[in-house]
Amino acid sequence: MQPFNIYLCGVGGQGIGLLCEILLRAADYAGHAAKAVDTHGLAQRGGIVISHIRLGETVHTPLIPERAADLVVGLERHEALRGAQVMLRDGGTLVYYDTVLQPLGVRLGTDAETSIADLEGACGRRNITVHRVMQPDLVDPRMQNIAVLACIHRQGLVPGLATDHFLRAMDDLLAGPMLTANAQLFQEAG
Amino acid sequence: MKNMGEMLLTRTEFSEIVMGNTALVRGMVEAGTKVVTSYPGSPTPEIATAIQSIPQAERPFYFEFSTNEKVAAEVAFGASLNGHLATVFFKSVGLNVAADSFVQFSLLHCIGGLVIVLGDDPGANSSQNEQDNRHYAQMSYTPILEPANPTEVYTYYREAAALSQAMAKPIILRMTTHVCHAKERVAFAGWTPPERVDNTPRFDPANGPYIPLVAKVFPMKREALEGLKRVEQWVDERSLHRLIDNRSERGLITSGMVYLSVEDVLTGVAAKPDILKLAMPYPMPARAIADFLATHREVKILEELDDTLEKEIKALAFDRGLTTTILGKGDLEDWVGEYTPDKVRDILHRTWPDVVSPRIAVAPETLVPVSMRPAQMCPGCGHRSAFHAIKQALPEGGTITVADIGCHTLGFQEPYRMGEVLLCMGASTGVGSGLTLLNDSRPVVAFLGDSTFFHAGIPGIVNALFNQHNLTLVLMENGTTAMTGHQDHAASGRNVNGPVEAIPIRRVLEGLGVQHIFETDTYRQKELAELMRQALALKTFSVVIARHPCMLLFTRNQRKKSGYKARFVQIDQEKCARIHACVSDFACPSFSRAADGSVTVNRELCIGDGSCMQTCPTGAIIR
Repeated sequence: MQPFNIYLCGVGGQGIGLLCEILLRAADYAGHAAKAVDTHGLAQRGGIVISHIRLGETVHTPLIPERAADLVVGLERHEALRGAQVMLRDGGTLVYYDTVLQPLGVRLGTDAETSIADLEGACGRRNITVHRVMQPDLVDPRMQNIAVLACIHRQGLVPGLATDHFLRAMDDLLAGPMLTANAQLFQEAG
Repeated sequence: MKNMGEMLLTRTEFSEIVMGNTALVRGMVEAGTKVVTSYPGSPTPEIATAIQSIPQAERPFYFEFSTNEKVAAEVAFGASLNGHLATVFFKSVGLNVAADSFVQFSLLHCIGGLVIVLGDDPGANSSQNEQDNRHYAQMSYTPILEPANPTEVYTYYREAAALSQAMAKPIILRMTTHVCHAKERVAFAGWTPPERVDNTPRFDPANGPYIPLVAKVFPMKREALEGLKRVEQWVDERSLHRLIDNRSERGLITSGMVYLSVEDVLTGVAAKPDILKLAMPYPMPARAIADFLATHREVKILEELDDTLEKEIKALAFDRGLTTTILGKGDLEDWVGEYTPDKVRDILHRTWPDVVSPRIAVAPETLVPVSMRPAQMCPGCGHRSAFHAIKQALPEGGTITVADIGCHTLGFQEPYRMGEVLLCMGASTGVGSGLTLLNDSRPVVAFLGDSTFFHAGIPGIVNALFNQHNLTLVLMENGTTAMTGHQDHAASGRNVNGPVEAIPIRRVLEGLGVQHIFETDTYRQKELAELMRQALALKTFSVVIARHPCMLLFTRNQRKKSGYKARFVQIDQEKCARIHACVSDFACPSFSRAADGSVTVNRELCIGDGSCMQTCPTGAIIR
């Protein structure tokens, strides 16, 4: 198959690392040759956190070139738009959790906050399919990543990945009440 | 992989999805490594995370976080002198700290074997520079292996260990940020724990000489240089360099992760150049490279960061009278940044426009502007309270503030602008001292973290006392090494292996003879500001200990407890006069500012610490 590139972005503390690892392992269970890389370091202090996942036999580096992602997964509105503009190919797919964690410039009053209209306008012009996820009844905002994962699954946004692949991946990485709560959310949400 | 520790000690052959840092630890287990040391620094801390996933009683080697990289390197070297296979790992700039000891290693017989694992950082993702540590390899005659992905991390570590043991010389395993953090399925060999462990200390001066002084230095240096030739042969015999034959007159020489970018950029290209991927760029494999040059009309050297290979290859071609066209670096940008697939595409398109197409251009004016998102101090961070309070105590416009490495480095940003010059770990007191010289008008304040105090901070303090420098040092004490993932340090009361006696920083300062020590919790902002005023009025060296536990760690631990209840502050909109001290001056990320100027608290971020409440002139921040 042609390589399939997934670019994940969000803010430090949102659980990008876990989301990346679940997708990577689910893809592996689905039989894809899969590579990934996370950015760490300074990013974890409320800065931008990014992961790349690449599927396909012909892939060598885990780093996705600009505008070559087939799917961008954003866990925050500003990062979703930033990721889609820089990394997503024309006609690709954006799935994002619509929460707003204001960047410094917005809080200081020097920059404008990104609106849903900004995001949808920019994506519409490039023929990008947008899936907005927003679940106000989540018991813990740290589970927004799993709500997005559920959407990726329900909409079939990654080729070849079935329910069982996701659940096995989650079972690899989580245990106890964490696993139960996340697996339940994964199966109910979407 | 339910349990990383069990996975790392698996007896049978297996494969698992791991990051480079984890693959390295399996390599250590299989190679029979006996002693591992480190000082935490990105991109390497996950190596320690993997090691710590193995319960101490089952860990087949000793592990410690040492006080700094130099001590870590010395401990590993000492263990090697007793015959134990030893490994030290740290980040790129850590080698600068370790260098005084490190440059001697190759002169001496490390009889147990010694592998130095470096986490270099092309792209300066989490470092103050992107220094190319291959220069240190050349300078110290230390061979350097460069893995490209987790699989090679694992195999090259085992090669490095075997080579180092065979030669009794140090070997560098140079990883880079995205090799450390890359994840893929890696096939591992089986492992049988040794039936009997022989820990007899084998140190013997007869294995030396171990005293590199005067005339003894020269034979040692000759031996180190001769050793490089044997290393070159070893790598050849082990077929570690890879030749990818695409039947072209053009060739490309590269190494490490750059090779992966090259392969991706060349995917689907009709007339691919041949590729020579070097496993060990130093010592330069003269035979392999001379053969490659002789069989190609034109050879491009694709080398991340500096041009060490290029210079050596051009010299080799000159010496051997080879007429191959050698294409090295072009403009200055070729020295800068990580060689990502995009960067490699740019360079190869410029080199061979007929072979590689340009990248798809994106017109910046077509993009919707999105506010930048610099890293921030966390909600509730004690450093934020400290900067907010200290700023109020400083005379308007007249002070010079000096930063150091740690989470508190982030104080340089808006709106605090505290810590306006930064070098490296522990440098703030020395830099600050220099800024006080011939300066009667502008008071100097230096910041220093507690882990950094022990790492490299003490000599600067001793110097300030010894030479009577007039500055105020603020010790930002949060009880941990927070920036790199909360490793313990000498004042934490425990090390990586269990509880130990804490070394109290205040008593160290008193013992050194610091006359003026002030101390408070940073959440007491008024008191801290007052103490700062007192310290600055002294006109002599003083220390203000500004302490508050790391709230990221604290909150994480609280959440694990049963009955944990999330707490928040909120804005009393009746009382709020939109002065914006909370969001513009204190600037906790938990505050949101709406377009109409109203302020709210984001409950996804707020931890309810309440350190902000005292910053509101109208008392509008309430529980």
